[in-house]
Amino acid sequence: MCGIVGLFLKDSALEPDLGQMTARMLATMTDRGPDSAGFAVYGTGQAGQTKLTLRGPSVAGIENTVSKLKQTFPGTDAALYDTHAVVAVPTEDLARVDAWLGRECPDTEVVGRGHRMEIFKEVGLPQDVAARFRLATMHGTHAIGHTRMATESAVTTDGAHPYSTGGDQCLVHNGSLSNHNNVRRALCREGLTFETENDTEVAAGYLTWRMREGLSLGDALEVSLEDLDGFYTFVVGTENGFGVLRDGIACKPAIMAETNQYVAFGSEYRALADLPGIGLAKVWEPEPATVYFWER
Amino acid sequence: MPDIDLGVTPLRELNGALHKLPPETNERHWVIENPAGRHAIAAGLNAPLNVEINGPVGYYCAGMNKLATVNIHGSAGVGVAENMMSGFVHVSGDASQAAGATGHGGLLRIDGNASSRCGISMKGIDIVVQGSVGHMSAFMAQAGNLVVFGDAGDALGDSIYEAHLFVRGSVKSLGADCIKKDMSDEHKAALHDVLTRAGFNGEVDPSEFQRYGSARTLYNFNVDHAGEY
Amino acid sequence: MDTTPITTPRKSATFDDYSMSEIRRAAASGIYDIRGGGAKRKVPHFDDLLFLGASMSRYPLEGYREKCATDVWLGTRFAEKPIHLKIPVTIAGMSFGSLSAQAKESLGRGASKMGTSTTTGDGGMTEEERGHSSILVYQLLPSRYGMNPDDLRRADAIEIVIGQGAKPGGGGMLLGQKISKRVAEMRTLPEGIDQRSACRHPDWTGPDDLEIKIQELREIMDWQKPIYIKVGASRPYYDTALAVKSGADVIVLDGMQGGTAATQEVFIEHVGLPTLGAIRPAVQALQDLGMHRKVQLIVSGGIRSGADVAKALALGADAVSVGTAALAAIGDNDPALEEEYQRLGTTAGAYDDWHEGQCPAGINTQIPELAARLDPELGGRRLANYLSVLTLETQTIARACGKSHVHNLEPEDLVALTVEAAAMAQVPLAGTKWIPGLNTE
Repeated sequence: MCGIVGLFLKDSALEPDLGQMTARMLATMTDRGPDSAGFAVYGTGQAGQTKLTLRGPSVAGIENTVSKLKQTFPGTDAALYDTHAVVAVPTEDLARVDAWLGRECPDTEVVGRGHRMEIFKEVGLPQDVAARFRLATMHGTHAIGHTRMATESAVTTDGAHPYSTGGDQCLVHNGSLSNHNNVRRALCREGLTFETENDTEVAAGYLTWRMREGLSLGDALEVSLEDLDGFYTFVVGTENGFGVLRDGIACKPAIMAETNQYVAFGSEYRALADLPGIGLAKVWEPEPATVYFWER
Repeated sequence: MPDIDLGVTPLRELNGALHKLPPETNERHWVIENPAGRHAIAAGLNAPLNVEINGPVGYYCAGMNKLATVNIHGSAGVGVAENMMSGFVHVSGDASQAAGATGHGGLLRIDGNASSRCGISMKGIDIVVQGSVGHMSAFMAQAGNLVVFGDAGDALGDSIYEAHLFVRGSVKSLGADCIKKDMSDEHKAALHDVLTRAGFNGEVDPSEFQRYGSARTLYNFNVDHAGEY
Repeated sequence: MDTTPITTPRKSATFDDYSMSEIRRAAASGIYDIRGGGAKRKVPHFDDLLFLGASMSRYPLEGYREKCATDVWLGTRFAEKPIHLKIPVTIAGMSFGSLSAQAKESLGRGASKMGTSTTTGDGGMTEEERGHSSILVYQLLPSRYGMNPDDLRRADAIEIVIGQGAKPGGGGMLLGQKISKRVAEMRTLPEGIDQRSACRHPDWTGPDDLEIKIQELREIMDWQKPIYIKVGASRPYYDTALAVKSGADVIVLDGMQGGTAATQEVFIEHVGLPTLGAIRPAVQALQDLGMHRKVQLIVSGGIRSGADVAKALALGADAVSVGTAALAAIGDNDPALEEEYQRLGTTAGAYDDWHEGQCPAGINTQIPELAARLDPELGGRRLANYLSVLTLETQTIARACGKSHVHNLEPEDLVALTVEAAAMAQVPLAGTKWIPGLNTE
């Protein structure tokens, strides 16, 4: 069980403040999810380059990985964030870098990859996690965040959201799926791999699979209503977009707010209370079994 | 007239002070600033107070309210006035899920929209919504009146017992055992009474409402209705 | 003439007498079988565990002179007024409606005499029960029948019911025969109808929103009283962890042998875990969170004797709760009423059609003539006697294991008679060092 926050900026003047706004929203959802926290930020991307967010076993461990990577692949840009690092590699080198990482740095995990997306997640109180990764300094066009109270899987970073199973794609989830084990087995037969026992990872994998098979994100979310069972509120990020979906029974909470400057999502109104202009925002609750999507 | 800023005064202190007031108290009028979506504000009130809350509230505002009048100048989160026993709760904005849930008495008025499950399991409370209500409203509603000026979502009154539902707009779909019923003069008079108590002095015409209630086919198990359970 | 012998008639183990009779009943009625009680089939239970009494390395305590204390504090985590019980046995939640007023009064009298608590059920609090119970736990159920802030404030604790062992995931059930005028009024239902009940709470779903609900209840009660969370045994490790994270002061864990007033037979027998399999994971969760003994654990479902009490405590519980046994103590299923049980088509010890409200003992009924057969004073004395015996038996075993307080019983005082019990209770198979799943010796 959890808290979710999301922010999609329509006004580019707010882009430098994206991280700060997201950090504040995340902190208000601590009660709902004190075990671990994570967020995805969609910042700048360079043409021809792909960003990999790497997570190491420790601060020293990730520094070591990054320095070895830079030696092997000169010209790689890297930024360090506590136990994580964001490295930018030419897209044509991506396969080689992935293979090298898998061979040489088995204790380093690739938690996200994409043109613009960076993902950070760790065990700990949301405020502390945000501070470790300097969320408040980040800027970009949209961000999703999650605070976690572990239900049926362990409290480890592996259990933290967002989950990414495709380039620039990530998913956060509040609720509890009830048929994820069967869905996971079916997806494994389709060639997907999973790192955890977590139900959210299955949902992320399901959407990636549907999009791999040719569906748009919106259509993938539509068919997920048939294939995924249980209680859920999903917030999904793509390179230029931001989507929200609640299951048909819609017991888990969800509030949205929209102004000329942004579209925001929170599990509780409290997460939105400090946003600029919230007093005059259009505030509503998404309808059950209805896909909401915004794109630049 | 106490004026409390919830950014300064802890919620527990505010609620504690409100609970200590005896029914005969002179300190009736309270103003609460800066609610900022906090939960359980003015829950468990027990005296004929008049509480103004200036801003949006979180879950369970005025929960289990007894005797008090609570005016929320803003929107309300999940379960506003849940299990209310008596008194009056007025939300000037929208209300989230489960507004008035399991309420036994009193009146809840929502000027905006109420979300899903409005009046779920209601046991005698009267709820008046100027906007629309979401799906599963009046689910298992046992007693009381739910009045909706706007529309109702899917599965209105699913598994309803004896509560009365009055909807002026459209109903997306009716739930199990909930059917449209006639609006006699008696019903119009009863609706008029609820509207008056909610503060509408003749500006709303009861004849514009449709009545919905229980078909009572699920009251004793019958195998031919097994699909409805 | 054909003198070939015939084979001995043989019934199927799969399609046994019970299954065949149930198929016939289903075909005749078109409705599932409803009954009361808990799981009746044999499952691994406390009988499969034994205590290791004092010997060369452990010394026993003398009875009478050397104290073996039995008291327990519940709700020390957040409440200003935690509960102090004299004995580690409470009376489980059972509604007025499923039980007669006389039965509720008997339970209240007996529990109060022994310095322990009773619990309301899915119908709300009656004046009689509040009057006769010195310590009363008030349940908050999905139905919210009769819920009100005055009763909330005059309760000694609140028990939020997520589910019960007989039907984890099911709601309350009370059929028309028992919805008398009084019951109907308390529940705001028309008289004589079959009550349909919700299985989820109306204003929250999930531990993250439960946390907010608990906050509301604490605010209404000014943080005075403990809040319990009751779950049916299902995923005890995670359920316990989540209950702690939601803010519970006490966790009540009910195994599948725990009784209900009425639900579908298939629910009782095929959903849930045996009590024995649920305790260690729950205790493990508490220990992993550093909350063992800080958030107390009450275990129920099949507690019969002081041996069961002692075993539950040894496995890590702080207290136990009795329901079925309490009703048996005040006269349920007594062979003295065999003639009447026969007339109902059953026999003493098997009677479980409590939803029909014809209980000859006056316990599971709303019919005044039947209920009047139960004398609450006598019932109270019988319950007190039974609780007394439970306590003395627990002390006997604890002393034999060298304990001056029953809480000092520990898993190492136990061994198991079967591999299943050893694995579930995580204690060695008797005479060996082997705990299946934990070590390989």
